[in-house]
Amino acid sequence: MDLSLRWLADYVETGVDPKEFCAAMTMSGSKVEAYTEEKTRLEGIVVGKILSKRVHENADALFVCSVDLGGSEPVQIVTNAKNVQEGDLVPVATPGTTVTEGTESMKIKVAKVRGVESRGMFCGLETLGLTQNDFPYADPDAVFVLQEDCVPGQDIASAIGVDDVSVEFEITSNRPDCLSVIGLAREAAATFNVPLHVPTPSFTGSDEGITKTLDVSIENTEKCTRYCAGLVRNVKIGPSPRWMRERLRASGVRPINNLVDITNYVMLEYGQPMHAFDLRFVKDGKICVRNARAGETITTLDGVERALKETMLIIADSEKPIAVAGVMGGEYSGIMEDTVDVVFESAYFEPVQVRRTAKALGMRTDASARYEKGLDETSMPITLARALQLVQELGAGEPVGTTIDCNYADPKAPRIPFDPAWINAFLGTDIPEADMRDYLSRLDIQIEDGQCISPSFRIDLLRPADIAEEVARIYGYNNIPSTVIRGVARAQLTPEQRFERSIGQIMTGLGFSGILTYSFISPKYFDKIGLPADSKLRKTVTITNPLGEDTSVMQTTTLPGMLEILAGNYSKRNAAVRLFEVSKEYLPTGPDTLPEEPHRLTLGMYGDDADFFTLKGAVEVLLEKLGVPNVRYTRCGEACPYDEACAFHPGRSAVVYSGETPLGILGEIHPDVQKTYGIGTRTYAAKLDVPALFAAAVEEITYKPLPKFPAMTRDLALVCEEDMAVGTLEETIANAVGRCLEKVELFDVYRGEQIEAGKKSVAFNIVMRNAEETMTTDQADAAMKRVLKALGALGVELR
Amino acid sequence: MKEQLRSIEAKAQEAISNVADLKALDDLRVRFLGKKGELTAILKQMGKLSAEERPAMGQLANQVRSTLEGLIADKTAALQAAAQNARLAAETLDITMPGTKPPVGRLHPLQIVENEVREIFLGMGFSVADGPEVEYDYYNFEALNLPPDHPARDTQDTFYITDNILLRTQTSSVQVHVMETQKPPIRVISPGRVYRSDAVDATHSPLFHQIEGLVIDKGITMADLKGTLELLMQRLYGDDCKIRLRPHHFPFTEPSAEVDVMCFQCMGKGCRMCKNEGYIELLGAGMVHPWVLENSGIDSSAYSGFAFGLGLERIVMRRYNISDMRLLFENDMRFLEQFRG
Repeated sequence: MDLSLRWLADYVETGVDPKEFCAAMTMSGSKVEAYTEEKTRLEGIVVGKILSKRVHENADALFVCSVDLGGSEPVQIVTNAKNVQEGDLVPVATPGTTVTEGTESMKIKVAKVRGVESRGMFCGLETLGLTQNDFPYADPDAVFVLQEDCVPGQDIASAIGVDDVSVEFEITSNRPDCLSVIGLAREAAATFNVPLHVPTPSFTGSDEGITKTLDVSIENTEKCTRYCAGLVRNVKIGPSPRWMRERLRASGVRPINNLVDITNYVMLEYGQPMHAFDLRFVKDGKICVRNARAGETITTLDGVERALKETMLIIADSEKPIAVAGVMGGEYSGIMEDTVDVVFESAYFEPVQVRRTAKALGMRTDASARYEKGLDETSMPITLARALQLVQELGAGEPVGTTIDCNYADPKAPRIPFDPAWINAFLGTDIPEADMRDYLSRLDIQIEDGQCISPSFRIDLLRPADIAEEVARIYGYNNIPSTVIRGVARAQLTPEQRFERSIGQIMTGLGFSGILTYSFISPKYFDKIGLPADSKLRKTVTITNPLGEDTSVMQTTTLPGMLEILAGNYSKRNAAVRLFEVSKEYLPTGPDTLPEEPHRLTLGMYGDDADFFTLKGAVEVLLEKLGVPNVRYTRCGEACPYDEACAFHPGRSAVVYSGETPLGILGEIHPDVQKTYGIGTRTYAAKLDVPALFAAAVEEITYKPLPKFPAMTRDLALVCEEDMAVGTLEETIANAVGRCLEKVELFDVYRGEQIEAGKKSVAFNIVMRNAEETMTTDQADAAMKRVLKALGALGVELR
Repeated sequence: MKEQLRSIEAKAQEAISNVADLKALDDLRVRFLGKKGELTAILKQMGKLSAEERPAMGQLANQVRSTLEGLIADKTAALQAAAQNARLAAETLDITMPGTKPPVGRLHPLQIVENEVREIFLGMGFSVADGPEVEYDYYNFEALNLPPDHPARDTQDTFYITDNILLRTQTSSVQVHVMETQKPPIRVISPGRVYRSDAVDATHSPLFHQIEGLVIDKGITMADLKGTLELLMQRLYGDDCKIRLRPHHFPFTEPSAEVDVMCFQCMGKGCRMCKNEGYIELLGAGMVHPWVLENSGIDSSAYSGFAFGLGLERIVMRRYNISDMRLLFENDMRFLEQFRG
């Protein structure tokens, strides 16, 4: 809402400058976004009187003028304007002024034009930021020859009345009354504690009986509770007066002609949209507010034919729709050059009805935006009278003295208990009751028998808390003290929250940096990681109105998001990265139910120090520090629980388990996928299931006494087939040694000269210990015999 | 014989003082004091002496031996120390060369600030609640006093999954979940992702982060809301940080406020950063609307409460002077490396 301060001054005198006005209004609840002094963009432009004009000695198309700018000496200006004559008053941009035409800016300088000095430039409407709507007598394509009452040297802003201050308010949806000059004037009066003057409009019309010409009926009295209509005969279409044009312009509305301007003026002044119908196109003079009938259509003012639905409310004549109620008029309903008689409408349409209709038709208009927030049901006759008063004042036609008021409204002003003690207790303040009463009366809230009566224009006052807010904002939010919440609260992170915090700490400790990716991805990402067509991961939570395909589905796997970030870093030539993110997957559960949103830990890395085992090592340390027991790794085989396995190198990836529970997948990214992402180096990633990690983790730690007896150690170098897994060997050794095993650790894998082709040598360090006594050499040797026997069964020999 | 002993002593003394390494010193020890050494050779002649001369000569010989042994020991220590010093000198490193760093990971700046805010609230007795991001319309709008045709819905461009399911536009959706599952006193925060259909640019993202706060108990006042937010901002920005509350409208709070924090660049004087306002808008807050309480089964005549919602990105960007929000989601290592946490 753009407010003209000059217009505001009709109703309230705040006595402060614009800056102070804006600050105080913001603090009392009418937020000012910005204010603009119109004259600032016209600085340096003054009225000049052309004293003489002659043809330029070196150019036939140019003229040299001597111009009086109010100084002691006239100045010389070269122009190409043909429409200026001796004696004309014109706007002159003086040297040093920056003028803007369209998108181009230029600074006026003293310059020689074809050898003749020129000290300024004549301006047209465009240069002044105006159009012919602002000054209908001016030629839009030539220099603006002023017909205003002004003198040479005068600032152009004051000469043409472009010197208002326009204040831009952000009005919240609960205060449609403030989408008007009078509404804001009321707020200003309350804020500055000064009187508000709003005269009651009145007009003198002809004694013609309106009902002879016009018949108004409301069929749907639920959706239209009030419809007022007035009639104006013999309209004289023309420009509206300069004061009206100025105010409209400062309010951000372009002047059109007197009748249209009047409807806009009343809308801005009172917040009530007005509509004007050409009586010729209201067949049989019948206006009926009803629901559209099946198959009915209307061509709206914008020239678009629209199909109407039976749920939509329309204004119809005896035959056809002539307007969509509260949204837009029909093609022929507007004012035209040859319009003679005009019907003014001022009505109340039910907000939800208007909102739904406007939405369904895709037409959000200034009018619909106002109706859908809720208007004052008592204002229709007043605004109609105001419009007719303006018609009379402007001589724009002959109002008929009688009007029609179809009124089904039953405004019951809500009564809200006025309880000063409760208000103070709620706000934490100590405001005297008398002050509260004063604040409320400034806002037109009457108090009767301990009850606040909500004024008809305040649709938002329903409960004691609403009254508390009114008191608080006039008292000043910042006068409310600051206190500490009383009482004791026990706060603690839940085990899950602590667990997730540890994950972050461990991962940064392992050299991984946290990242932040979008939750939505492109469905194409599934193809990028080579996901099978029938994968369950392709069943997504899909956004019906996405910004674009790129962000149209909620991720069912965090892997592609990580790969995108790795690819981004690779393309920026970052040599090595280690990244992690704890984020969510969104797994659909059904068409009408919410998806599951489990947390996932995703790791990604590439660089010189990255290989399968550095990634696996990181995962191992993570699981150890989180207390996840019985960890084992298996190849991603056919029964792999993760569909993302397709994105990994088949020989260099693994599923990690705790016991029988899968925890996640890790490994080198498949070369094809790497290529698809444009990453030119081996890349590694892991995805771990946080809830599974949490469920598997053992939080409690019990101290085990340090060993009392010495250990026996044996090193074992074995020769086995190339495809024998170290894990199998370890397991076999562990089982064969039995209870006294303390540790079996791989320390070497060798392939080469002394080893038969297709085989490898694997060496382990085995530590054994008895808890109750010193282990003997015989016992250790016996254990080794068992080990070799078990290994022998696998075809593994001592080297 | 006496002269011989004296001469050996003098000879040995000179030799020991001139010796330069441990090996040569040991050779001297053998030469003078060894079994076949010069001193031993002299002592072997003791038998030839008279009984009267023997004790005196024996005494002198032992004196010489002990002197020489002492000298050798001292010299040994001196030479060992010199050798140690030489070795240490040889091992001198260029300590200006860079250290060998283990890989270092850092938290994302948003995570750093979120953790900080969590800790501040934990210290004030707030627990942390979680809620779904894909949410029913009911929790995001309807239960927050935003019925289906409420015009305030327009201000939050919503991503829809179905007519009834959407991506939450505000963490306020967690309020009702909390009220449905907990009885007052309630003191929780709920950080998380929220979604609005805003095209990506330097200051907009379709996904961003909020931290919701909710307090419900008997006798909670608007002054408590002010005090709590003031404490938060002072912890975040220092003890002299001031806040300012402006009346505003949120359908689920009444009274509602927008909260500005004093610009920490100019301390309220007005500068380019705060667009000459002296204050920067940081969050929305208010007293929980009685309708919202009742709708969630809490007696609004007995209980009152406040709620607030904080935009994390804005705090992060201000704190680190980040002018483009896209940097937060690009995760360029060169960006991430600049943070400590």
